[in-house]
Amino acid sequence: MKTSKKVIYSLILAVITLAFLFFLESNKAKYGMAYTVLTKGIILAVVAVSMNLVTGFTGLFSLGQAGFMAIGAYVTAIFLIPMNSIEEVYYMSGVSPSILALKSWLETTPSWFQAMLPYIALIAGGLVAALFAALIGIPVLRLKSDYLAIATLGFSEIIRAIISSPQMDTITNGSYGLKKIQGFSSLIQVFLIAAVCIAFMILLIRSTYGRAFKAIREDEIAAEAMGINLFKHKSMSFIIGSFFAAVSGGMLAMFMRSIDAKTFTVSLTYDILLIVVIGGIGSVTGSILSSILVTVCKEWWLRFFDNPLYIGNFQVPLFRTGFRMVIFSVVLLLVVLFYQRGLMGRNEFSWDRLAKSINKLRSKSSSKGGSKIA
Amino acid sequence: MSLSTIFQHLLTGISLGGAYALIAIGYTMVYGILRLINFAHGDIFMMAGYFMIFAMVSLPWPIAIPLVCILTIVLGVLIERVAYKPLRSAPRMSIMISAIAISYLLQNLATYLFTALPRAFPEIPFLKKIFQIGNVSSSLVTFITPVLTIILVLGLMFLINNTKIGMAMRAVSKDFETAQLMGIKINNVISATFAIGSFLAAVGAILYFTDRMSVTPFSGMLPGLKCFVAAVLGGIGSIPGAMVGGFVIGLCETILVAMGYSTFSDAFTFTLLIIILLFRPTGLFGEKIIDKV
Repeated sequence: MKTSKKVIYSLILAVITLAFLFFLESNKAKYGMAYTVLTKGIILAVVAVSMNLVTGFTGLFSLGQAGFMAIGAYVTAIFLIPMNSIEEVYYMSGVSPSILALKSWLETTPSWFQAMLPYIALIAGGLVAALFAALIGIPVLRLKSDYLAIATLGFSEIIRAIISSPQMDTITNGSYGLKKIQGFSSLIQVFLIAAVCIAFMILLIRSTYGRAFKAIREDEIAAEAMGINLFKHKSMSFIIGSFFAAVSGGMLAMFMRSIDAKTFTVSLTYDILLIVVIGGIGSVTGSILSSILVTVCKEWWLRFFDNPLYIGNFQVPLFRTGFRMVIFSVVLLLVVLFYQRGLMGRNEFSWDRLAKSINKLRSKSSSKGGSKIA
Repeated sequence: MSLSTIFQHLLTGISLGGAYALIAIGYTMVYGILRLINFAHGDIFMMAGYFMIFAMVSLPWPIAIPLVCILTIVLGVLIERVAYKPLRSAPRMSIMISAIAISYLLQNLATYLFTALPRAFPEIPFLKKIFQIGNVSSSLVTFITPVLTIILVLGLMFLINNTKIGMAMRAVSKDFETAQLMGIKINNVISATFAIGSFLAAVGAILYFTDRMSVTPFSGMLPGLKCFVAAVLGGIGSIPGAMVGGFVIGLCETILVAMGYSTFSDAFTFTLLIIILLFRPTGLFGEKIIDKV
């Protein structure tokens, strides 16, 4: 296919997507469910791609996503709780003076800065998480695959324990969580932030750094022999992955408007792992597709599994609260056992591939039709 | 803190450590043979708790306990056959993801079947009998746990060192492929390993939940992770190591809780893990591993 044709197709796709988003935005009340589910799907796409960057492209099996998301969510939330309701949010244990100082400093900043505050908050959350990732990476990234998984999982539990500990009450509000967080202005905003984040990660994967990551994934020792600095590249991938996980956590906080430490349990990491595995470990487009697909199925289309179902007077057995999650775990297991490549394997979406598969389908159906006539 | 309170805390710590040790052995044996962190082990332990609740509804405890052990063994071996066996030759990451998927499945299944609300664990009257030594009073289960743990570990050591299946296990953990070439049926050996691990988890669950009094679908997760840390602390692959690791972690945790840092007791365990892996990756009793290219 010609490059110009591909560009045109991509532009058309982008226009259709944006038009669809505008349509949803203007008919928010009518399509409330689709709106909510799509927002969540887009937010999870960012963290899924970041996990794919670390796990799928660099081969570091890290299970710390929930911890980094928690850091991002709390930092973003603290930035975005309006000044006049801060006392109300921390009514149980009082506000820490450092937060008050930060908030009153933010009040004095120029108005353009105030308008940019959501973006600044997300970036700040990402930077704090990146700092943590850099520190934790020094010891942890020396570990081999499964030890790394346990250590990062442990780290995310430590973060959660610290957040909900009574000693941090004036900052994180303990088990009460943070509320009244400023939300997104529109779905388009969510989409654009996610698009920028994912585009950055795609560019990174395509750069020389990305090739180094893939070399480390394939064979660490060979990569080292080729002159790739293992620790530098591993920690780079880990830090950038954590940055975007935290941005996604911040977006989640803005989406839910209220957060507490229970949101960021190990199950959240498992949910993201499910998305990455279904999409294909090592495929960015796979992760994006599957995060939207999984979220839509889980929160909307497959909700009926959780409600008693009647056909006439007969109540179908098994259908009650929790059945949906059982189905999901079985699907994950089946994908791992029988269809390890997931939706996309290590391939990315491209117009050429699409055209090829359409041609294949067409030739197949025409040949079948021909044989019937004969 | 008076001497008797300290003694009381030590006793609780050793008892908790005993339950941890029993679970840690399951991790260490599976890791020794398959080089796999069996993420589902903590959830097998949780399921054993639920089995006990339902067994005790209609059966007296002397029948219920063996029944729970058998059910847990069946569950453990079934999981190995369904989720790990098809992936013998797959990359390490796939089999680990499969283990996570099983853990996710067991948690969701437990939530679905038994709801997420905590269920009261049945009391076994004779385990709950209160003993008094000087100023220290405690239920019998606190004394029984460490003793039973040590007896089980000695039995297991005998099994590993002196029986044919034990010899096969040692061979498989040394070298998977060569053991196969020598005519050892590795699938049977692996099933036996899972059976032993699940049996110990069932015993651990009965002792642990008798002290805790309730079970939820997520109550296996954190103990599971901690016991893996215990196994690493003792040196992964070493059974006495796992026992010592379990006792150390149980004691440290109880001491931290007694000092008023209960929220940090989990954090401490994982910090300990990172420290061990940095300074002594083979643990206290582990053998030195030479990396081959």
